[in-house]
Amino acid sequence: MAEETRVVMQDIDVPGMASLDVFVKRGGYLALKKALKMTPDEVIAEVKKSGLRGKGGAGFSAGQKWSFIPKTPGPKYLCVNADESEPGTFKDQMILEFVPHRMIEGAVIAGYAFGATHIFIYIRGEFWKEINIVQKAVDEAYAAGYLGKGVCGSDYSVECTVHPGAGAYICGEETSLLESLEGRRGEPKMKPPFPAIRGLYDRPTIINNVETLATVPAIIERGADWHLSLGTKESPGIKMFSVSGHVNKPGVYEIAYGTNQLDFIETLCGGVSGGKLKAIIPGGSSVPVMPAANCDCPLSYEGLHAAGSMLGSAGMIVMNEHTCMVKMLEVISRFYAHESCGKCTVCREGTHWMTMILRRILRGEGKMEDLDTLKEAADGIEMKSFCPLGDAAAWPVQSFLKHFRHEFVDYIEGRKKMLPKYKPVGTIGHEKLPARAY
Amino acid sequence: MAVAVTKIPAELKSKFDELESRGKYPKRLSMLVPALHIAQEHYGWISGDAVAAVAEFLGVPENYVKGCASFYSMFFMDKPGKYVIQVCHNATCQLLGAEDIIAHLEEKLGVETGKTTPDGKFTVLAVECLAACGRGPVIQINNREYHENMNIRKVDELLETLK
Ligand code: SF4
Ligand code: FES
Repeated sequence: MAEETRVVMQDIDVPGMASLDVFVKRGGYLALKKALKMTPDEVIAEVKKSGLRGKGGAGFSAGQKWSFIPKTPGPKYLCVNADESEPGTFKDQMILEFVPHRMIEGAVIAGYAFGATHIFIYIRGEFWKEINIVQKAVDEAYAAGYLGKGVCGSDYSVECTVHPGAGAYICGEETSLLESLEGRRGEPKMKPPFPAIRGLYDRPTIINNVETLATVPAIIERGADWHLSLGTKESPGIKMFSVSGHVNKPGVYEIAYGTNQLDFIETLCGGVSGGKLKAIIPGGSSVPVMPAANCDCPLSYEGLHAAGSMLGSAGMIVMNEHTCMVKMLEVISRFYAHESCGKCTVCREGTHWMTMILRRILRGEGKMEDLDTLKEAADGIEMKSFCPLGDAAAWPVQSFLKHFRHEFVDYIEGRKKMLPKYKPVGTIGHEKLPARAY
Repeated sequence: MAVAVTKIPAELKSKFDELESRGKYPKRLSMLVPALHIAQEHYGWISGDAVAAVAEFLGVPENYVKGCASFYSMFFMDKPGKYVIQVCHNATCQLLGAEDIIAHLEEKLGVETGKTTPDGKFTVLAVECLAACGRGPVIQINNREYHENMNIRKVDELLETLK
């Protein structure tokens, strides 16, 4: 039976956890004090040993990332990526709203480990409430000496700034986030140089997801071995999953990696609502969709990979048997067309083109060749675009066509007709199209 | 000698100054997005005056400010209504009926998505994921308040409160 293993979320229900007082009463900032007694290298070694992987999507080892920062003097930056915007993903919002100090504590520990002089917390602009909560927490942390000059009486000093975004999914990509933070359009930059060498203001910079940093205090407090004792060999520790769609209890759950997916949905999420399970997108809208038959698998990097999908941001979207997969894909494609920064042709044109074809199929004007064209367009974007948004747009198209081709054919051959309420609305791409121009 | 004419009203200037002292940014230009938020709050949208004020504050040309502002979906480059009703119609919200809500709003307010009612009161926008999918369908008013687990009845109640 799947059960929760709360670490980041352990005290999330305690009233007032967002305030410094309550947080400290529950043992907050003890890990920071412990870390400050270790050498920075020891902190990095412990986090490396723990096997902590970045929880924003790519899953890269956090300790290893920190160790890329050169030991040269001068300003170095830590950017906390709180620009969560992948459809289905809403886990970081919990941390920002209910336990902001845990994230700040993790950020200061990380900053100490690689010598950050300034922490920037880049929060998506729509999170107005959370921005204020985090700002308040930062102010409290400054006043109590957890930020600023001589953190907790040590010789480590660090500044901290809370920075709002303004509604651009692409700013979650590392280099775009930095561009946006520097006051430019948030368009991705060529790598290398990697941000660890030349990032914000051309200085060494680490970008970490909110959840990654919020996990760090527990690792310092309880040790790498404790972290390794949870989860699986390749995916050690715990992970917050955000679950939405056709389940009876949508929400955020923190579980050990390796928990069985179907068990998780049955036991913790209250089961599928409105009918039988049809498909799951396990890791945010960009990862390949899994038909129900493939869903009996462990929730880990390797488990989901073996089952034909990916862990991604762990934003799980559950669909029941009544879901129209053509419509679902059209919505997801529209998202990437809308959020493409427009810098490279394959992505800018490709995402738009795919959405238009899908809309045509939904209207009942599709041809069988359209399915090949869709596949070709997706293949033409995958691995050929400038940044990962291109792949993110291609994978859903490829996987939906692979597993649910018959539903597309039903529209094309006239067995299925678009219901009026399924009319696509809204604008896509960068030009303002009339609302009904699909 | 030419006299510098400031385009920044005093009230806005004090908010910019507060941002400057709180942000501690190593480079001035980093204040672009936060300054645009402040200017939008002051003027209701990124009007010519808003662009001029931000440009002056940052010491950059106005077209630079406009070029950046138009990149981000939270900045209104056209004057919206008093209440901007943003309905998420992305993956989960769509699964849970967001498009019915949009259709209902269009009918009830007599306005197409993307447009403003003739009395200048409401603008209806269909937006992409607002990161509250677990409580979808979600509506956000004026880039601020979230309204979650929406349905047609709750939309009607919400409209009643927006006077
Ligand atoms: S892949 Fe898309 S989002 Fe990325 S740089 Fe190219 S156009 Fe921009
Ligand atoms: S899909 Fe609507 S809030 Fe995420």
